[in-house]
Parts: sequence; C-alpha cells; structure tokens
Amino acid sequence: MKYVAMGHGAGGSLTDEIIGIARSAFASAYLNAGLDSAILPSEGERIAFTTDSFVVKPLFFPGGDIGKLAVCGTVNDLAVVGARPRFISCALILEEGLPFDELERILGSMGSAAAEAGVEVVTGDTKVVEKGRGDGIYINTSGIGFAPEGLDLSGADIEEGDALIVSGSLGDHAMTILGLREGLGFESALASDCAPLGGLVRALLDSGARVRFLRDLTRGGLAASLNELSELRGVSLEVDEEALPVKEQVRALSEILGIDVPSMANEGKIVAVVREGDADRALAAMHAHEYGRDAALVGRVVGCDAAPEPGHARVRIKTLSGALRILARPSGEKLPRIC
Amino acid sequence: MTTLPAHEAFRRKDLIGPLADSIAREAEGLGPVRIMHVCGTHERSVNRFGLRALLPPNVRIVAGPGCPVCVCPLPELLAARALALKAGTVLASFGDMLSVPMPGGSLLDARRSGAELRVVYSAADALAIARAEKKREIVFFSVGFETTTAPTAALLTALAREAAISVKSAVPNFSVLSSNRLVPEALRALLGSGMLEADGPNGPSIDGRNGPSIDGLILPGHVSAIIGSEAFRFLADDFGIPSVVAGFEPVDLLASIRELLAQKRRGIHELRNLYSRAVLPEGNLKAKALMAEVYENRDAEWRGLGILPGTGLALRSAFAAYDASAKFRKTLSESVAGQEAAIQDEAAGCLCSRVILGSAEPGDCPHFGSVCVPENPLGPCMVSEEGTCRIRLEYGEAT
Repeated sequence: MKYVAMGHGAGGSLTDEIIGIARSAFASAYLNAGLDSAILPSEGERIAFTTDSFVVKPLFFPGGDIGKLAVCGTVNDLAVVGARPRFISCALILEEGLPFDELERILGSMGSAAAEAGVEVVTGDTKVVEKGRGDGIYINTSGIGFAPEGLDLSGADIEEGDALIVSGSLGDHAMTILGLREGLGFESALASDCAPLGGLVRALLDSGARVRFLRDLTRGGLAASLNELSELRGVSLEVDEEALPVKEQVRALSEILGIDVPSMANEGKIVAVVREGDADRALAAMHAHEYGRDAALVGRVVGCDAAPEPGHARVRIKTLSGALRILARPSGEKLPRIC
Repeated sequence: MTTLPAHEAFRRKDLIGPLADSIAREAEGLGPVRIMHVCGTHERSVNRFGLRALLPPNVRIVAGPGCPVCVCPLPELLAARALALKAGTVLASFGDMLSVPMPGGSLLDARRSGAELRVVYSAADALAIARAEKKREIVFFSVGFETTTAPTAALLTALAREAAISVKSAVPNFSVLSSNRLVPEALRALLGSGMLEADGPNGPSIDGRNGPSIDGLILPGHVSAIIGSEAFRFLADDFGIPSVVAGFEPVDLLASIRELLAQKRRGIHELRNLYSRAVLPEGNLKAKALMAEVYENRDAEWRGLGILPGTGLALRSAFAAYDASAKFRKTLSESVAGQEAAIQDEAAGCLCSRVILGSAEPGDCPHFGSVCVPENPLGPCMVSEEGTCRIRLEYGEAT
C-alpha cells in the first residue's frame, strides 16, 4: 500500500505522481498544457466566478465522497445564478499518510462528477501537511461559468403570491453524514443527495416559467436560504411544513436526533421562487428531470412591501399542528464538518 | 386500513383543531391561567409545533426546571473539571455538559490546560472506554433525571455482580460522579418552600404580567415512564394542583392543557395520566428496584435554586468502589476550595435562575440572543438542547 508523503507536496518528481493521477482523472487539454495558469476561451457573456472549500468527515459516504461534493458544490453555486458551469480548479491539501488508493478514488469521482456536470477541471495545486495536521484531505474548488445577459435570479422582482418550490426531498445529505457518524444503523437506507444541478436549473429556465430567485440548499437548509432571501429583499414568506418532501428514514432520524427538517443540509437541492401562475409549469419541468422528481410547492411569498431590515427576517412555517410559527435562521453549528 | 405510527396518530390535524377549540371554551372567563411543564422535551415540542399560538391569550405555558444540564450546580461542575484535569483521569459526559459556562472556563475550555474529556451517550459508553483503556481512570459524570439514572443503576448492579463472580472481570478504573436529580422531590421542595408562589422568594414574575404561582402542571412523560404516574400524586393531594402526565406530540400536549383547564374550571385538582401508552401508574418496577439498590437520596444543590432537600442521588456504600466522590475525595474537596466567591456569582445579569423557575421569560434577559447565544452562552439555559433559552432562540423568539 502506498501513502502520501511530505515529498508529494514539494514540487519535485513525487508531486508529478499526483499530477499524473489528476491528469488521467480530469482528462483536460487545458490541464495537460502544463502552464502556470490555464488560458481559457471566453464565451462572450457575463462571467460567473465562485469558490468553496470542502472539509467533510467522513471522506466517503453513501451517495458520494469529498471529491464529488467539491465539484457539485461549486457547480451548483454557478448554476443557481443562471450560469452555465464551464471550468473549475482543484486545490488539494493532503495529510501525510493518506492512502494513495483513497486519493485516486476521490480524484476519480471528481472527474466523473465534472463530466456529468459538463465542466472541465483546468488547473490545480497540491500541498501536503504533516500527519495529524489535517483530516486526510481538504479540497478547494473555484469555478467559472457564463451567464446570459439580462438573466436575473436575485429575487429583485419578487411579487406577493409567488410560489416557493423545492426540487426534492430535504435533509438527505445531513442525515446520511450524521447517521454514519453516530453509528445509528440507518446508514444502509440513506444516501447523500450530492448532485450537479446545472441540468435541472437549465430545464427549469427553459420551461418558460418566470423564475425570480434560485438558491442551492446547503448548510442551514431551507430555513437559512429563506431567511437570507427575506432579509435581502424584505419579503415575507410562508412555508407549509406538511408540504415539505422528506424521506421516511430522514424523518425518523430527525425525530431521534431532534433536528428539524427545514434546517438540515442538502447537497443536491434548490429552492426556486416562481411567478404564481407558472408554478405548475415549473414543477412539470422539474419532475421530468432526474434530480427534480420529488419537487414540490412548499409555500408562498405573502408580502413584499417592506424595506429589508437586518435581523428581522419574516419567514413563518405552518407547523404540522396547523399553527404558524417563526422559521428561524439556524443558530450555531449543530452539524460541523458536513461539507 | 393502515395503522399510523403512534407519533403520527398524535399529530392528526383533524384532532388538533377541535382540541384548540375546546381549550378556548374551557379557558373562557377563567382569568390568567399559568400552566407549567418541567421538561425540556416538552418545551421543544411546544415550540416546534407552535402550540402557544393555538392557545387563548389568557393561557400561558411556562417552562419550569426541566433541564438537568441547566440545574447542575457550580460545585459539581468544578469537581468534574478537577477530575478532568487530574493526570491519568478521563472525564466522560454528555456533550451539553462540556460547554456549560463556569468561573475559570467550561470543561471544554479546560481542554487547553490538559483536561481529558470524552463525549458519551450513556454510562455504558463510558464503561466501554474504561474496558479499552485499562491504564486510565474513566469517570462518568452522570447528569440527568430519573430517565438517565435508571440505565446507570442497571450498569452498576451488573458490574458489581460480575466483579463478585470473577475478580478478573471487574473494572477498577471505572467510576461514576453522581449529579443526578429527582423530579418529584424537586417539585415537592419548590412547592413546599413557596418558591413557585407569586409571593415566594423568587416571585413575582419579572414582567409583572402575573406571578409565578401555577394553576396546573404538565408532568414529564419520560420520567414518569420510569417512576410511574403515582409518584406525582402528592401534587394534587398535598398541594391542590391539577396535574397531568403528558406525552410529547401536539395532541398529547393539547389534551393535557384542556384537562388542566377543565379541572380549574370545575375547581378540582386531580392527577391524570394522559400518556398511558408509555406510562404505568406504578412505573417500571425493575428500573425502580435497580435505582433503589444503587442510590440513596441526598440533599442536593440546584444551580440558581440553592439546596433542595432529598432531590439528589448518592451511590450507596455497597457501590463505593464505583463512586468517584469516594475514590477521589481529596481532589474533589480541593476543587471547590477558594471558589466560594465565584460560586456565588452568576454571570452579571444572567436570568437563568429565574427562567428555570418560570418567573422570567428568556426574552426578559438583556443578553438573550445578543451577547448570549449557543456559541457563547452566558448561562446554562443557553447551552443545553433542553434549555429554555436555547430552544426559544432556535425557534425564533429573538427575531
């Protein structure tokens, strides 16, 4: 068995071994060109640029691993602003002693996820830290996409009555990671929803539905995203807890652990605000896509006349008992190291 | 016909609406009514399902001392910290305990000074560590009400029997620091001393809306499953307080509130068990026998409330080999020396001690949600998943 050594980050021939693995996993002519920067073609539109780092524990989990997560996370951040994801970078911080076969698996799954998402990994970097100074591997990815002129998904034109749609079951990623960590024996029934959502977003935009706002539901889940929207645009939102799509195993685990579904993290779900009359059209487009089969209308914009007030989110949820309560922005870090 | 899982049946909306209506009818004309529960899980359910919004304005649900982490007093926390810092000793406890603020820093803070800590979910987890790491002393810091006491008692009796059969199987490096508390005895002490009365030492309530005297008690379902509903009969018989043992779903809680209002309306006070799917009148006899074998009652301090007679548990002398307070007597007596002033001193302005009694609401505290948040708790009620302040903040009271 071969392991990562300090020399693999030193820039010499050992580093070339890792570059070799990356080149075969990513199959990119830009990467293979071996320049200090990749020189990329412009597609004549606005450039979307984003970055994200990944520190998930454990590295491998049902439905994915840190590599797939690192591609999907960045690709999805590009997709929800309406951009076509095109290029990403891959910066690795490896811990001395990481088995080489794990590194190969992770880079291989980055390559597969990138291929599915239609992005190329065009540049990268490797550093190695001493054993005990990391958790096997940390990954940073940055991404570039191209967004058509005039497309605005920032929620600037939200109107009262607009529909809130989520693209599928909530909490799968959070409960998979937590189930694994806690060893509760639910693992076999659960898988992370980690997926690249560029295709789903394109299907939604191409449906002709008027989409006002999109966000991918990661840490803090739906509760965090809706509170951010409410603060950003000064809108009041109402969610129906009963309408939230949730898998039975996720619900069971959330009951045991006392974590509410709306605040649980996802890695392959979006929330969309869509013009009231276009909700059915948007849902139909999402239902026809692999990653949107369980999409559901979960709430409404109930007011949008107030100026944004920081700290005064107005997001409410109709609970299972029929009472309306505040849906607070999740406080604290209940689930560290989840992505 | 399909059978709903129990918790789904007790969430049925077709039951919730009519229950809310009949609560409104029972409450009409009664004047202000204060109903207290004494369980963090009840507070969580009330918030999660938004049940306060379903009640008429004259009915208030207040949270009493229902969070074991919140009532753990400073001397016992200091003792735990001293053991964690002692060379060769590892302190194992529930995650919430590690963050409770105290003078000189929480248990987690003590890690920087070399404290050895492990997060566990039960005494059995701590015992497993002791079996695996025989060269170190593993102390289980046992905090909780009757629900967590019973499994610890079962474990200690099994361990004692094992040791009697074979010296080899004994685990001499395992002990328990008992900080467990008893719910019925605490209610008896608080009611007996008048601390829950409007004119008691901690009343009247800080907002002046009405005093902390209570018109009805919602009793903890999980604790009752162990000790039985009859353990709470004295509340109705001796103190004249309508009392209901309740489960944790919306229908459980609303039916309990309706029952308490109906008793108030009729001027009666009875003990009712509305959680009969889990709670027997006599409780779990085996668990009670094990607890009686291992523990004896002792007077115990509650953080913010002082000493309440007979509300704590000490290991009986037959279990002295597993009793950290006997095993580490010297370390523990030194742990509180010189800390008397600090022990007296709650964080300035922290209202935890009144929140625990229901005589202040979290929102009455100037620090709530601003300085005092789960990442930086000033008082224990913001630390624990069962703490009233933390639950209210999680469900948006501050926004």
